[in-house]
Amino acid sequence: MTTTAQDQNQRIRSVLVPADQRPAPAGAVSASLTYGWRALLKIKHIPEQLFDVTVFPIMMTVMFTYIFGGAIAGSVDGYVQWLIPGIFVQTMIMITMYTGLTLNRDISKGVFDRFRSLPTWRPAQLVGALLGDQVRYVLAGTIILGVGFLMGFRPEGGMVGVLMAFVLLLVFSFSLSWVWTVISLLVRTEQAAMGISMFIMMPLTFASNIFVDPATMPSWLQGAVEVNPVSVVVTAIRELMAGVGQFSSVTLVLVYCAVLIGVFGPLSMYFYNRKS
Amino acid sequence: MSVPAIETRGLVKRFGSTAAVDGIDLDIAQGGIYGVLGPNGAGKTTAIRMLATLLRPDAGEARVLGHDVFTEPKAIREKIALTGQFASLDEDLTGIENLMLLGRLLGYNARQAKVRGMTLLDAFGLTEAAARQVKKYSGGMRRRLDIAGSLIVTPQLMFLDEPTTGIDPRSRNQVWDIIRTLVAGGTTILLTTQHLEEADQLADRIAVIDTGKVIAEGTPGQLKAQVGTGALKVRVADPARREEAAAILGRTLRAEVLRESDPAALTVRLEDESRAAAALIALQDSALAVETFALGQPSLDEVFLALTGHKTAPEATDGATADAQEEAA
Repeated sequence: MTTTAQDQNQRIRSVLVPADQRPAPAGAVSASLTYGWRALLKIKHIPEQLFDVTVFPIMMTVMFTYIFGGAIAGSVDGYVQWLIPGIFVQTMIMITMYTGLTLNRDISKGVFDRFRSLPTWRPAQLVGALLGDQVRYVLAGTIILGVGFLMGFRPEGGMVGVLMAFVLLLVFSFSLSWVWTVISLLVRTEQAAMGISMFIMMPLTFASNIFVDPATMPSWLQGAVEVNPVSVVVTAIRELMAGVGQFSSVTLVLVYCAVLIGVFGPLSMYFYNRKS
Repeated sequence: MSVPAIETRGLVKRFGSTAAVDGIDLDIAQGGIYGVLGPNGAGKTTAIRMLATLLRPDAGEARVLGHDVFTEPKAIREKIALTGQFASLDEDLTGIENLMLLGRLLGYNARQAKVRGMTLLDAFGLTEAAARQVKKYSGGMRRRLDIAGSLIVTPQLMFLDEPTTGIDPRSRNQVWDIIRTLVAGGTTILLTTQHLEEADQLADRIAVIDTGKVIAEGTPGQLKAQVGTGALKVRVADPARREEAAAILGRTLRAEVLRESDPAALTVRLEDESRAAAALIALQDSALAVETFALGQPSLDEVFLALTGHKTAPEATDGATADAQEEAA
């Protein structure tokens, strides 16, 4: 026992890195990507956390199309062309809420104390988590569009239009995630984070142009629907998928993205640094 | 003379209306082990978190390795490593993934980080558990991996928050050995503990903290001199002969003998531990069968009672009692 203990101590001493041989800490991009890698490892080890990005989108797409299709557009076939881009947006932004929930659980653990004591760019811990979630968003988006195609969705914009819409939506989802990040840092429990997120999300998705043409709504509501960021995104996505992408619509979405990140990014860091 | 490892003046942290840390002054030189001893809720963890730049102090000054915690946190983070009270590891990831993650953040590329991780796992006897998720590790393995994670690059100053809480005695001895090895390698260590024995075993100097204040500071020898050397605990086989044993102990040790509530047990405060052997011989000479004959260090309870005049919080009392039993066994 004594000899093995001495052996081990000798081994430990021999693997210590002299101070002048340590590398420079990872930069902002590299650190963010490393935290993103951690998020992917988590998916690998806990694949059941993909439930929300696989089953949920299928359910939403099938349910809304068949339940509302006939009533709203007269036929399911006609409604699919209108609805799929909308459902695509709705489901994706719903899924971004889980980013906040995961973060709320994650940062309460001891490992985040260690992360915060490392000499790396601090926002990387949050940016990386959100980057890792992009993989989940891609998976969810692919499933929604796949189901949509099966149900007869045939966008005029073709593959290129759909891909451009997809990329734009990923950018928006990343930007929107910062809102949930702030909420998850402010509340104590996951349930509270979920409750507040739903409270914001429900009116935003339903008082939009996702399900019905705003022309059918009372005029006071039309005004609200038009400035609703969700409507703005849905419009840009529909246009891109239909092959009639407007530079102005895309720009407007990107402006919204910049505002979301510009406001909620620093807020997130402010609360994150003060979280005890 | 190198800069001090830690220098604080009037350090304060409040949570709501209670001051978790209530004006702490510390001067800790580089090299060696500094122990912060105190019961649960004394403010040890809060103090460490402020020094490790995780928590912003509400008042006071603090410099770590010459850098101000308010204005130069990044410089501090480049020189320290932190092992938290609850393992600072990602439980969902495997051992090697945890080390690779830290290695890459500290600037190694993926391949180097893997090599470095495997080297450390090997040195800490964890190679076989490399591909296992940390949540399936034992307490002792977790601690070792946790410490390995702090050694990817060698820190100048290492914070160990209750490094042996919740692990078995054999793992505890391993962790102690590792800590001593690191100090020999030139790292300064600040460790917190609830156990006087641990501070005594490891630390060159100790600060005793209670309700956010330093109530005593010095070498283990100086502190124990303040408290008294210790106690002799004797349990006779036949409770009926306790008074007889008490008389013998009182005579040989020339000290007051306390009758415990256990009808067979006696405790004697010792001025001079070397006389304990004479007491044992005297009992044997009188053919008094002894079940337990234990020379104990003063428990944290006794230290606190001596230093503060009040008892420690109930949780800490439990811990101290458990340790005393462990020593007697």
